[in-house]
Amino acid sequence: MSRRRTAALPTPVALLFLLPAAALFAVFVLYPMATALTYSLFSWRGTAQDAFVGLDNFVALFTTEPYATQLPRAFGHNALLFAGAMVVQNSVGLLLAYALHHRGRLRRLFQVLYTMPYLVSPLVVGYLWSLLLSPLFGPVNAALRAVGLDAVAQPWLGDPDSALWVVVLVTAWQWVGFPLLVYGAALGALDPAIEEAAMLDGATSRQRFWHVTLPLLMPVIGTVSVLTFIFSMEAFPIPYALGGSSGSPAGATDVMSLLFYRTAFHSGASNAIGISSAVAIVLFLVIVGISVLFTQWFRRVERRLT
Amino acid sequence: MRRAAVSTLLWGYAAVALLPLLIMVWNSFRTDQELVVEPLGLPHSPSLDAYREAWVEASFSTYFLNSVLVTTLSVLLSTAVSLLAAYALARSRSRLMTVIEQVFVSGLMMPVFLMIVPIFYLLDMIGLASTRTGLILVYSAVSIPFSVFVLATFLRQLPVDLEDAARIDGAGPLRTFWSVLLPLVRPAVATVVVFRFVPIWNDFFYPLILVRDRAQYTLPVGLTTFFGEYQTSWSTLFAGLVIATLPLVVLFLVATRQIVAGLTAGMGR
Repeated sequence: MSRRRTAALPTPVALLFLLPAAALFAVFVLYPMATALTYSLFSWRGTAQDAFVGLDNFVALFTTEPYATQLPRAFGHNALLFAGAMVVQNSVGLLLAYALHHRGRLRRLFQVLYTMPYLVSPLVVGYLWSLLLSPLFGPVNAALRAVGLDAVAQPWLGDPDSALWVVVLVTAWQWVGFPLLVYGAALGALDPAIEEAAMLDGATSRQRFWHVTLPLLMPVIGTVSVLTFIFSMEAFPIPYALGGSSGSPAGATDVMSLLFYRTAFHSGASNAIGISSAVAIVLFLVIVGISVLFTQWFRRVERRLT
Repeated sequence: MRRAAVSTLLWGYAAVALLPLLIMVWNSFRTDQELVVEPLGLPHSPSLDAYREAWVEASFSTYFLNSVLVTTLSVLLSTAVSLLAAYALARSRSRLMTVIEQVFVSGLMMPVFLMIVPIFYLLDMIGLASTRTGLILVYSAVSIPFSVFVLATFLRQLPVDLEDAARIDGAGPLRTFWSVLLPLVRPAVATVVVFRFVPIWNDFFYPLILVRDRAQYTLPVGLTTFFGEYQTSWSTLFAGLVIATLPLVVLFLVATRQIVAGLTAGMGR
């Protein structure tokens, strides 16, 4: 008899230990998940389930107003949030991680400092920046004027052209610690001999970064990108704090989660549940579908590089 | 020269990361008057008026208490049930358990937008709509995947000899769990507590939708109504943000020590 077997719990006892967690999980997670799938296939009158309508709610979502306009617009904004996060947040994170990697001293201190905004609630972060960017007393505009950049100072959140970029930058400010820590760990795990070999062969530091380090980081870059995609598609508290539930100004900061929230709880439409469940399912399918495609594509890129 | 450039970059970004947080703190000690006249100034004569206003007039005392209650009880309940479940999963060899564990862990990818409407009606159906109890049950349930995953992984790494010895001495499964395993898993429990406390304390989505009664609001939802009502009382707004953030700072100061102590205690054995 193996040692492992002696410690095994008899199945009935194990089930007893499992019971509280299983009950809680079944009632508040599994049951809602299962019913949610059916919600979108029915028409609703307020909170009363009406007739089975097949995919009518999805058709309505893409063909009737205001959804037909708002859905693609919100989706486009989520896509821009993702692109912005990849360009700003993940490259700044990589740059800082790379700089810290070649600088042993104070590395811990800098990591902690850069990760601080990540500990604050995203809602607090959003509201904080709405105050900092205020045209009335905002320190950001005041600082710009103080250094003579009066022309740059503007009502950042009041202008539809700049509001979404504010969302991108505020999100990046909060999240930069995430790519920083992940890339930092990955750089630490690389074999220093490879870089030394490149150095002996006469590669400049720029060449070493682009042709040696970056390809080796590809698997981690893939993972960070997929997670960034998921977070960008589900962005909620920061857009809510900066633009309210309607994505002001003029829908410039509207995203999928806000569209879902408005449709489900503030639209007043009698079929609110049917339509909003369709929104949630579209969002879910996009997240799962693109994440899977992304992962496969990155794996192929990786194989080509190594 | 290159070294100097790297140093500038590192210290420069440190300022970018920290300055907004520092401004949040010191503006909460200034008056609205000072904020308008001198947007970049430091507090001359620090005043606690903004905190008094937020805490008393803007009901932050209520929101704060609700947040403490909801977060603490959610973390306690989810950690307790997850620990029992993790013990069963780590120490049973039945195939059924493998399936159950996979169901739990699949919850790590929960689509919250998909689940929220059914949860809303479920709470309504069982009479827990707009209550702190309802919120606690939901938070506990959604915390299970992460907590079970971490605790079961940790339990699998513990040697079974001690449990064998306890069993030979005549201890039942519950007794073994309580007296032998519980002291050993303390570091993992500390990790789970900290890593669930932060997102639940900061969460805004569930209470925004599930809680309609202002007396039951947690801090994040409280903040949204507060920002609507105190639009022009800026220093009060800064104070509100500081109040919502402070407990996390305290938790990190306390918990780092606890986690480190737990880890070193484990190493001594």
